[in-house]
Amino acid sequence: MANSVEAHHGEHEHHYPGFFTRWFCSTNHKDIGTLYLWVAMIAAIIGGVMSWYIRAELAEPGLQLISNDPEGRQFYNVLVTGHGFIMVFFVVMPAMIGGFGNWFVPLMIGAPDMAFPRMNNISFWLLAAGFILLLIAAFIDGGPGTGWTVYPPLSSADFHPGRAVDFGILSLHVAGASSILGAINFIVTIFNMRAPGMTIHRMPLFVWAMLITAFLLLLALPVLAGGLTMLLTDRNFGTSFFDPGQGGDPVLWQHLFWFFGHPEVYIIILPAFGIISQIVSTFSKKPVFGYLGMAYAMAAIGVVGFVVWAHHMYTVGFDVNTRAYFTAATMVIAVPTGVKIFSWLATMWGGSIRMEVPMMYAVAFIFLFVVGGVTGITLANSSADLVFHDTYYVVAHFHYVMGIAAILGMFAGWYYWIGKMSGRQYPETLSRLQFWLFFIGVNVLFFPQHFSGFAGMPRRIPDYPDAYAPYNYISSIGALITAVGTLLFFVVLWRTYAAGTRVGANPWGEGATTLEWSVDSPAPWHTHEDLPDMAGKAPAE
Amino acid sequence: MVSSEKTHPYHMVNPSKWPFVGSVAAFVMATGGIWYMHEGPIWGFMLGLVIMLYVMYGWWRDVILEAENGLDHTDVVRHGLRMGMVLFIASEVMFFFAFFWAFFDATIPFLSRTAHEVWPPEGIIPFNTWTLPFLNTLILLTSGATVTYAHHAMMLGDHKRTATGLFWTVALGILFTGTQAYEYGHAAFGFTDGIYSSTFYLATGFHGFHVIVGTIFLIVCYFRVKKGHFTAENHVGFEAAAWYWHFVDVVWLFLFCAIYWWGSAGYVSPT
Repeated sequence: MANSVEAHHGEHEHHYPGFFTRWFCSTNHKDIGTLYLWVAMIAAIIGGVMSWYIRAELAEPGLQLISNDPEGRQFYNVLVTGHGFIMVFFVVMPAMIGGFGNWFVPLMIGAPDMAFPRMNNISFWLLAAGFILLLIAAFIDGGPGTGWTVYPPLSSADFHPGRAVDFGILSLHVAGASSILGAINFIVTIFNMRAPGMTIHRMPLFVWAMLITAFLLLLALPVLAGGLTMLLTDRNFGTSFFDPGQGGDPVLWQHLFWFFGHPEVYIIILPAFGIISQIVSTFSKKPVFGYLGMAYAMAAIGVVGFVVWAHHMYTVGFDVNTRAYFTAATMVIAVPTGVKIFSWLATMWGGSIRMEVPMMYAVAFIFLFVVGGVTGITLANSSADLVFHDTYYVVAHFHYVMGIAAILGMFAGWYYWIGKMSGRQYPETLSRLQFWLFFIGVNVLFFPQHFSGFAGMPRRIPDYPDAYAPYNYISSIGALITAVGTLLFFVVLWRTYAAGTRVGANPWGEGATTLEWSVDSPAPWHTHEDLPDMAGKAPAE
Repeated sequence: MVSSEKTHPYHMVNPSKWPFVGSVAAFVMATGGIWYMHEGPIWGFMLGLVIMLYVMYGWWRDVILEAENGLDHTDVVRHGLRMGMVLFIASEVMFFFAFFWAFFDATIPFLSRTAHEVWPPEGIIPFNTWTLPFLNTLILLTSGATVTYAHHAMMLGDHKRTATGLFWTVALGILFTGTQAYEYGHAAFGFTDGIYSSTFYLATGFHGFHVIVGTIFLIVCYFRVKKGHFTAENHVGFEAAAWYWHFVDVVWLFLFCAIYWWGSAGYVSPT
């Protein structure tokens, strides 16, 4: 068997097409996944440099780096906007969904490729086009200083008359089309291409996570597209959706944006949930505790995620009934997320735990997610949120719960699967150092922001009173440590490809039971051409 | 890989230039569109559009060739294509959801503090619901019936009646678009006359655009029927077009009831 598989694969390796055909006209899920991962890494550098510029500016009271005039302050706002857009749309989503999703959903369900390989490629190239449009936005007519939420009237033609916001809008339109097509592709792949015997209730949890994420994308992104279209016509063609002077309603934008925006934060974190489940199970040498509960907890998070959006806009003047509803509905999300946290812990309980680097990242993820989840309970209360709204407390909350947690999930996935993707293992000591630097760095960076936010420091402002100086100074030191940790990741990447030890099909041994570990490392260009028979196998095996 | 070697029912698609060229077209359209919106010429946008139409032609031509080679579109692949179309329509429903939200945000005080007490707002003379808008409702509902007639004929393998049903569906679709254009030309309110115009023109305008797309889709199916591309069991392209047409139909019913009917009920004629 092994020999025939070997020979079979060897034959295909001679069939790589030429450079342009392989990388620009690809219909191969692994190559497209690799392209996504590269774009995410490039975007992460750009988005990261923006955030370090922000932290450098905020290291001390007064203005350090930006000029003390409207242009300088606009530049600061553009950095905040660009950082948010890039990290959400061009780092986390491409890496998690486009990168790991493309690579491992077909491998894990035993399918030879995605359902629509050609459409898979336009998803990638539209994302690239969207990224270029966003970079143009940042460098034209002063850039968009609107924040990633693009609220009118700040984003209207009155306050951003240039082309920057229009480029931002069309960037999101194009990236949104990319994601909708990708979502359709994932749903059809998962529903239609599972190996014989792999029922829905036997899929690995990462595949479950991608399925639910894809449904959220499919239903949430078109609403953003509708809102963006209204903003575009308001700015350029004389409509008045968001202009109260003409009978419109600026709060409508906030509704449309957050009806998309809240599912969007689950789109970002659900794939990480899936990755963490695989890793915790692998390195505890146990199947995940409460498999079905884990799967349906994600489904519940996805459904409830559509009916809590207005907790992002408590300060717009809702009546008390509305605020009571959104407070209660938001709290409900704590139940399925609690199911997930405790099931991960129960999976580790009594397990034979190996603290490999992916597992270190998984445990760190659980820690960060719990911290962010607890502050989320605070912010869910509309009465409390009236005070916390637009403070650094909110910044600390969402960086813990979806920002850094998602990044840790990405690192966890990268260390877990790099052997499968490259055929080489990461360098052990360097990788552990990278983990500790990054983990300590982000905590030093974001933990003090709870306190400065508690004390009332507003977000998206480049200057602050001296009273906030100590917290901000510590925070900026944390940013420096995080920067070193990030740079070290690229060293790890280079050392892995240059000198990593070669690994076999399953470097993790007994605990790694999913199908991707049954094919060679690096995974051959075509896999699962003979469909695996999963009849009678336990869930996620 | 040659398809005959395959041991699975899936379609391994050959490398294709269309996705990359299509993304270039989207980029050119976006940049050209912004140039045009900021007092530039329109040809940048038009250039992107031409490339995009070329990509759409080439890409779908490839899909039809793959469908006709008898190897690639297995039962499983066709099941996936149908599923994909249903999901695409679901995303389109959510796009219209946004425009209905805008409309109800402006008209129902429970939803918004800035909703209008009086709708249509003062100074707006809406269309009489039971003239052109109702005629268009009848036209579109009839086209829904003719496309269903075509579908039944298709399932009986009767290509002649399928073509006839499609012909009348396309004709009614074009009649609808023409009536809508005539209606726009005789509106008593302009595109930029406040929130009533914004919600009316964008909701009905995007619907009209979808009618045009659906009509083109049906025209393609008409010629594919004539060429004998479909069989009683195997007609995914036609099914997708029919589903799309029903979707366009249902959106119109909501538009008619909400925007034309309920949305003009508060109008009091000055005379």
